[in-house]
Amino acid sequence: MKAGAVPRQERVSAVNEFLSALVSIMFHGLAYAMILYVVSVGLSVTMGLMGFANLAHGVFAMAGGYVAISLMSRLGLSFGPAVVLAVLVVAAASVVLERLLYARLYGAGEIEQVLFTIGLIFMSIAAAKFMFGSSQQELVLPAALRGEVSILGRMFPTYRAFIIVTGAIIALGLWLGLERSQFGARVRAAVDNRRMARSVGIDTDRLFSLTFALGSGLAALGGALGGELLTIHPAYAIEHLVYFLTVVAVGGLGSIRGPFLAAVLLGVGDTACKYLLPDIGAFFIYFALFGLLLWRPAGLFGRA
Amino acid sequence: MFVYRSAATISPVDYMVCSHRLRWPELLPWVAIIAAYFAFPSYLALGAQVMIMVLFALSLDLVLGYAGIVTLGHAAFFGVGAYTAGILAVHGWEEAITALPVAAAVAGAVGLVTGYIILRTRGLTLLMLTLAVASMLGEAANKANWLTGGADGLQGITLRPLLGVFHFDLFGRTAFVYCALVLFAGWVFVRRLVHAPFGRSLTGIRENAARMHAIGAPVRQRQIIVYTIAAALAGVAGALEAQTTQFVGLNVLSFDLSGAVLIMLIFGGVGRLYGAFVGAPLYMVAQDALSRLDPEYWFFWVGLLLVVTVMFARGGILGVADLLRRKVMR
Amino acid sequence: MRRLQSVFGMLAAAVAVMSPAAVSAAETVKVGVVLGFSGQASASVDQMDKAINLYVKQHQAELGDIKLDLIRRDDTGPNPDMARRLAQELITRDRVNILTGFFYTPNANAVAPLATEAKVPMVIMNAATSSTMRLSPYLVRVSLTQWQQSYPLGQWAAKQGVKRAYTAVTDYGPGHDAEAAFIKGFTEAGGKIVGSVRMPLKNPDFVPFLQRIKDEKPEALFVFVPGSKDATALMKAYTELGLAQAGVRLIAAGDCVPDNELASMGDVPPGVVTMGYYSAAATRPQNKAFVAAWQKEYGPDSIPSPFAVGAYDGMAAIFYVIEKQHGKIDPDRTMALLKGWRNDNSPRGPVMIDPETRDVVQNMYVRRLERVNGKLENVEVETIPMVKDPWPRLHPQ
Repeated sequence: MKAGAVPRQERVSAVNEFLSALVSIMFHGLAYAMILYVVSVGLSVTMGLMGFANLAHGVFAMAGGYVAISLMSRLGLSFGPAVVLAVLVVAAASVVLERLLYARLYGAGEIEQVLFTIGLIFMSIAAAKFMFGSSQQELVLPAALRGEVSILGRMFPTYRAFIIVTGAIIALGLWLGLERSQFGARVRAAVDNRRMARSVGIDTDRLFSLTFALGSGLAALGGALGGELLTIHPAYAIEHLVYFLTVVAVGGLGSIRGPFLAAVLLGVGDTACKYLLPDIGAFFIYFALFGLLLWRPAGLFGRA
Repeated sequence: MFVYRSAATISPVDYMVCSHRLRWPELLPWVAIIAAYFAFPSYLALGAQVMIMVLFALSLDLVLGYAGIVTLGHAAFFGVGAYTAGILAVHGWEEAITALPVAAAVAGAVGLVTGYIILRTRGLTLLMLTLAVASMLGEAANKANWLTGGADGLQGITLRPLLGVFHFDLFGRTAFVYCALVLFAGWVFVRRLVHAPFGRSLTGIRENAARMHAIGAPVRQRQIIVYTIAAALAGVAGALEAQTTQFVGLNVLSFDLSGAVLIMLIFGGVGRLYGAFVGAPLYMVAQDALSRLDPEYWFFWVGLLLVVTVMFARGGILGVADLLRRKVMR
Repeated sequence: MRRLQSVFGMLAAAVAVMSPAAVSAAETVKVGVVLGFSGQASASVDQMDKAINLYVKQHQAELGDIKLDLIRRDDTGPNPDMARRLAQELITRDRVNILTGFFYTPNANAVAPLATEAKVPMVIMNAATSSTMRLSPYLVRVSLTQWQQSYPLGQWAAKQGVKRAYTAVTDYGPGHDAEAAFIKGFTEAGGKIVGSVRMPLKNPDFVPFLQRIKDEKPEALFVFVPGSKDATALMKAYTELGLAQAGVRLIAAGDCVPDNELASMGDVPPGVVTMGYYSAAATRPQNKAFVAAWQKEYGPDSIPSPFAVGAYDGMAAIFYVIEKQHGKIDPDRTMALLKGWRNDNSPRGPVMIDPETRDVVQNMYVRRLERVNGKLENVEVETIPMVKDPWPRLHPQ
């Protein structure tokens, strides 16, 4: 072997190492981002549409996780049906809550809404602990989603790949659905100007309920699918609250695209930071929040 | 009864005269505090913690109730004050009373700098930025092990007896009286402030920032000033906590604390000066009693209490009291 | 108003009950238990509470006519000011003879000065930071210290021929302790640390950290994370990423494999080695009897964790001093008794209090995480007898 060959090999391996780090970061960052997006997008829409500061949004995600896990472990359902059923159950329950409680506070101030939703979080913590115990719940995956798959010559967990694909499909579906459908047009009209929407004959009450159910259902889906990343335990709603709110604030209230971009930015950024600069890993989310919000106070896609 | 004038043209004598006249119900908290000292001698430690939270909630009322700034990160200033007092004591500044203004100054400075940066935003954005400030400080305190003791907490706080005489005793008598006196001073100060033209202009900003802007009031500047003052006051509360507990843990900068003080204030009534005096004691006594009865699930009952308050007692306890009084008067 | 009245009524009633006149009844021992019943570690605290109840139930008769009054208080988590206030109330109002519990180090640290001031012996059932013991002469600890487990683990790993190791710990006090202890033990015995990472305490996902470590290809990875959900999440990430297949051995502090959480850890690959003071799978007769009694009380699916054994032995120490003094607790005599306390009947094997440091001395066990009859268990494979906390020796005052 010639003497000059060694440095070149080293260079190649350094490049390879960098590329492999990049692939790792993108992969795990995207998986994380998809869960953040699916849980948070509903919050963005309800907050934008109804101006409701729903800090208890994570409760629906937690409920989704618990219901899906219980359906599997206690009733023996398989993964797919359990998740779908959990989403439907939570969405239905959320409409009841919305009509009974939330609806009475639409006109109230931000302060009342914050107090009310914090109260809901407290109750959810105790209720979850009472019903499911305080240890975390295990999501049993079907065999097909366990193990690893090879992506670009590297091995990655199959389930995370599944999450990325599913999340992307949901994002695309929501985007097309809400941009193209009549329902979407109504929602956007109501976000823009509620009074005007009402005066042109849109039943905003019903629209609110539907949107609320959609948002909670998505949260439940995120909670159930994301149980591996954001573990399901009684304090779920409060522990991840900051992340959900961050996605919404950075994305821009009432936007569908905004939270997606925000989730990708935060998910990939957070992962990259943990991977490359673990010592300041805990700071990343706050620095990002600070920088992005000072740069664009209304969020990436929000209207000032 | 009050003519709006700019603060610069008012003489000290006018200022005193213009101050809102003291009405008798305003003395109730002080009667209660004195009575509590004699009636519940074995609850003085709880009493001291309650008064610290009252002072903390009072500082939040300035920000939230008078300037309309919704914050989820008010613990930032409480924590900075607590760590300032704690670190001073560990490094030999063992005199408690003189440490209070230092803690106030440091917390106020943090308030000034962060307020200057974040108060250009509103709504959810502002909420998230206040949260980010507090969380960053919390992470920094965890990292700065050498200074703060990190997650194990700041140990070795020793204080000389107050005024050279009153030792911080096991029963919490000194702590109780000390906290009561500081709270009284804080109350006098805040009361002056909100009844002064400056305070009135704050209320104006809360009600309609655009109009205040239109009549020439420097809205953002006023907000930054009140944010700084509130931060300093929260810093004093934090310092009291560090001194009476003789320990500082990371929880003084936590989201939980920011949330708790917000709940207490809203529970009592926002923007009424006395919401803090009603909300903090009731909330803490309720929590203490509930956690005794049901150590595992008391969260549920506190949550229910909050939901019921919002549903049926809008405006907090004082809001309901007002409503009742008006009904009776009619 | 009604609510206000009832609250104050309750307070007044409580004051009346707790007044000194009522306390002076002969031979009542009051023990204050300060634990985070409702906080983030409530799963582990629940184990401790169950162990306390079980011990009392099993040994009540030994006390004869001495009345034991356990007063539980919820410190809600790592909340030192609350813990201190509760301890203060327990001392001044309830007049407890002994304080115990203390899941979190900051809470124990905040209370320690009170133990000195009021001369109330304090039996720490969990908090594991070595330096805590220096804060008061009235402290004893029956759980463990991070140094006691991670230092010998480092030595053991090096002796097994591991040359290059990576460390990953949670970024807070106990994590820093575990990291320092492992590195000290490992490098002293000739190993080399190729990288260290501290993971944030509020950390939803361990995968990015482990992916990085996988890409670095060390021979072994040392890990410390607090028990409960973090432990499970970590094990799942280890499994999911295929670190074992990639040739990275996992060696961990015992906190990462709490026995009661093993069932939810999924298909952990074989070969994970941990160091700990207690495994529910241990075959000692004392342990078999303990596990049988536990499952009789709390159901066949309930498995005691090391937290439970810490609390169980704490109660054993407390019962010992009560019996020796016939219910008349004198603080200094209590401390003298505790300093010589030794228990050979503990589920964890022999355990004693070092008279000098008042810290626990016990066997440490090297355990392999294995599937036995379809269930994951920590199988003890090697015993390091009667390990003292190495920290005071390495950090003289």
